[in-house]
Amino acid sequence: MERRKFLITSASVAGGLAIGGYTLLRAEDLPNPLEALLADGQIALTPYVIIRSDGISIIAPRAEMGQGIQSTLAALVAEELDVALESVEVMHGPPSDVYRNNKLYGQEVLPKRLLRRAGKRLGIEFLPPQFSQLTGAQSSLRDGYVKMRKTGAAARQMLLQAAAKQYGVSVDQLKTDLGQVFLPNGRKVAYTDLIESARDIKAPEKVKLKPREQWKKLGSSQPRADMAEKCTGTAEYGIDVRLPDMLYASVLFSPFIGSGLESFDASRAEEVQGYVKTVPFPDGLVVIATNTWYAQQAAKRIEVKWKPSRYPMSMAEHRAAVEEPLGKGQGQIARLDGDVDQVLEKEEVIERSYSVPYLSHATMEPMNAVAWLQEEQLDIWAGNQNPLRARYYGAKIAELSEDQVKVHTTFMGGAFGRRLESDFVEIAVFAACAVKGKPVKVSWTREGDLQHGIYRPIASAKLRAAVKDKEVLAFDLQLSAPSLFSSAERRFLENINTEFPEQVDKSVLLGMSHQTYQLPNYRIQGFPAKERLLPVGWSRGVGETQNVFFHETALDELAHSAGRDPLELRLSLIEHEASRAVLEAVKKMSNWDNPLPEGHARGMAFAISSDAPTAQVVEIRQSEKGIHLEKIYIAVDVGIALDPRNIEAQVKGGVIYGLDSGINSEISVKDGAVVESNYHQYPLLRIHQIPEIEVHIHQSEEQIFGVGEAGVPTNPPALGNALFALTGKRVRDLPFRKSFDFA
Amino acid sequence: MPTYTLEVNGNSFTVECEADTPLLWVLRDHLNLVGTKFGCGIAQCGACTVHLDGVGIRSCQFPISSIDKKVTTIEGLSPKGDHPVQKAWKELDVAQCGYCQSGQIMMAAALLDRNPNPSDLDVKMTMNGNLCRCGTYNRIQEAIGLASEIRRDSSSNNEDLKNT
Repeated sequence: MERRKFLITSASVAGGLAIGGYTLLRAEDLPNPLEALLADGQIALTPYVIIRSDGISIIAPRAEMGQGIQSTLAALVAEELDVALESVEVMHGPPSDVYRNNKLYGQEVLPKRLLRRAGKRLGIEFLPPQFSQLTGAQSSLRDGYVKMRKTGAAARQMLLQAAAKQYGVSVDQLKTDLGQVFLPNGRKVAYTDLIESARDIKAPEKVKLKPREQWKKLGSSQPRADMAEKCTGTAEYGIDVRLPDMLYASVLFSPFIGSGLESFDASRAEEVQGYVKTVPFPDGLVVIATNTWYAQQAAKRIEVKWKPSRYPMSMAEHRAAVEEPLGKGQGQIARLDGDVDQVLEKEEVIERSYSVPYLSHATMEPMNAVAWLQEEQLDIWAGNQNPLRARYYGAKIAELSEDQVKVHTTFMGGAFGRRLESDFVEIAVFAACAVKGKPVKVSWTREGDLQHGIYRPIASAKLRAAVKDKEVLAFDLQLSAPSLFSSAERRFLENINTEFPEQVDKSVLLGMSHQTYQLPNYRIQGFPAKERLLPVGWSRGVGETQNVFFHETALDELAHSAGRDPLELRLSLIEHEASRAVLEAVKKMSNWDNPLPEGHARGMAFAISSDAPTAQVVEIRQSEKGIHLEKIYIAVDVGIALDPRNIEAQVKGGVIYGLDSGINSEISVKDGAVVESNYHQYPLLRIHQIPEIEVHIHQSEEQIFGVGEAGVPTNPPALGNALFALTGKRVRDLPFRKSFDFA
Repeated sequence: MPTYTLEVNGNSFTVECEADTPLLWVLRDHLNLVGTKFGCGIAQCGACTVHLDGVGIRSCQFPISSIDKKVTTIEGLSPKGDHPVQKAWKELDVAQCGYCQSGQIMMAAALLDRNPNPSDLDVKMTMNGNLCRCGTYNRIQEAIGLASEIRRDSSSNNEDLKNT
């Protein structure tokens, strides 16, 4: 058997060093966006640190959607800058290409082999620079791990030089701690007293980072910067922005996403007190009033004729469109080891089919934005993962230049990839243009949010495999889904002059090229659906949420066919050290080798989740009220753990997100429209259904991995495999609630 | 439009609005008390939970014309954000995105007022009307236990003070 080299380890750290260093340390190459915002007596040392006479601010330019990223990014800066985290203000800062995320379109999201083949037209250049400041796909720490520490070290160096100048001593006589410089004579000077001396000091070309043994903050749990605000109702989300004389609006969408408006009659809306006006936009109407409730009531009275659906009318047609290309000719290849066809010709073939539905992000805070158009200036307030995109489309709709548009990025009440889009910003700008001079807050209803989503793709898979002498001889998995990248491209790029080659789009294969299994005859192919289906986009776990379900359910089936223990089989197929470590960890945590009592069962799954090796065991029990989730064990290799308590929270959150997609969630289509309108039809797990979740954090220490998504992909297959172990019934289609009763 | 006078967080407010306007939108859009969140509008998610005379209710379901009791919102739960539930929440870093947490905290505070030592099952059965999409449920469960302890300790301290 030819051994496959594990590809993900080396490339990502090197890229971060090079590009991170470039953007930070040659700040003169790009204007520092903070300069325009500084008041008198303040100074920006690099685009990430502001020193004021009364304190220090750290710019953490990734959006806070609950993942705690701003706290950890600030800790990276604070560690090198030698300031107490409790004493600094952490802010998102303005949109700027200086804050570009160099990791989002690295080999982890678009597979490396795809990039190599597609050349430079893909990868980071997939998106034009207007969209470079992104938050998502577990990329923020990979992007910021070195860059943010260098920032802190550079700012500290500048402050040391300022102190040396101010007090006529040499830099190497100085020490720093807790936001102060210690002079040789024992005196201390606060950083905030060095502003004037630091004013013309340039950022150093090179800085030295503290060795890990000297870390005081990183590696141990830090208090989250946003916790007090979030416990007192004072954290400001987009939907909470308050401005003088503000108007409020609701949105009436076409039930047929993207189909557009034929005609409307708003005369009955005028019966509603406080109604102001109705503004059409390409896919619906914004209804403006003096409070949100009036706007919602007025919207219900508007008579609209919508253009017919551009998408297939029934769920069966959507499913048929997804399955249509499966097995037709040569697919796009994620894995190709050995000769699957030759084996399957000779051996008895096991054939299986799997499917997953469209999913909604269903963020707790419905989509919204506030926009205010005044003479030659547009201000946008929105929780968003993509501020440059908000600015770009805001400028386009308001017919302004981008430098006339200010984007204020607030906290997000959940995002999960949904707020990488800009539809909610665009609609608010349409409204603002119609009530020029007054700010308007446009809040979607929950119904609008669920029925007008950018969904996790619907997907199907077919397995053909052979098992002989207790070994998996051949594993041939065919995947099909609407193309996420083509769908995103239509939304992102259709209005700007960027060519995008369709034929190299392999979003259907996300997560499948770098799994660490070493099967002798192993093929994974993707077949994008040809027909245009509902708009699809990024979600928590992206393509792995479907593909890992297919792969790991299939492997469990084959373990049973081969008479092998599913965990032992996986260990026998994997050499990669960190992968083995997480498998061994869940084996131990769950007492895997000890049989469970009657009526209990467990199942497991393994995957490189984005880039973090992850293994998960789900234990369930048959109760009178239905299947009860008993306990979940999960081990994740995070590479280097910066904040263990936040990592634990993220992993548990990911597991629960995975449980929802496994048990509950489904977006379906009837008569051309999305059926699920609110939480009664799109149920989410509630506290009484949540099991204890035990998290093991493994540190392979080669590099750093994000963890926001790590818990998600392995959960549904681990649960499905447990359901099979408990009931003998193999369910290959999600969600499981259609086949089992859960307590 | 009719006017309504209501007591919120110990202050009296007069609001001019339509009789069917839910308390949620009066709080958010008229009184600028935006700590109370909109999530679904149909009492499925609990993000809009406030207290009416100390009882946790979904403010999206109560028209302003029906409000004749004292309203407490997250902004009025404690003067310095130091209610035992808030202390426990901070101690355990419960919130992630935080959007549902005003509702969670108000519901938990109402529970502890009614039942100072809730069992795990009491917590689950009271809190299961409050959705959290980030998956903070394990820490919510833990934090309510801690809040119950904090509350007990502070009341026994008060007792000690009285006795001395």
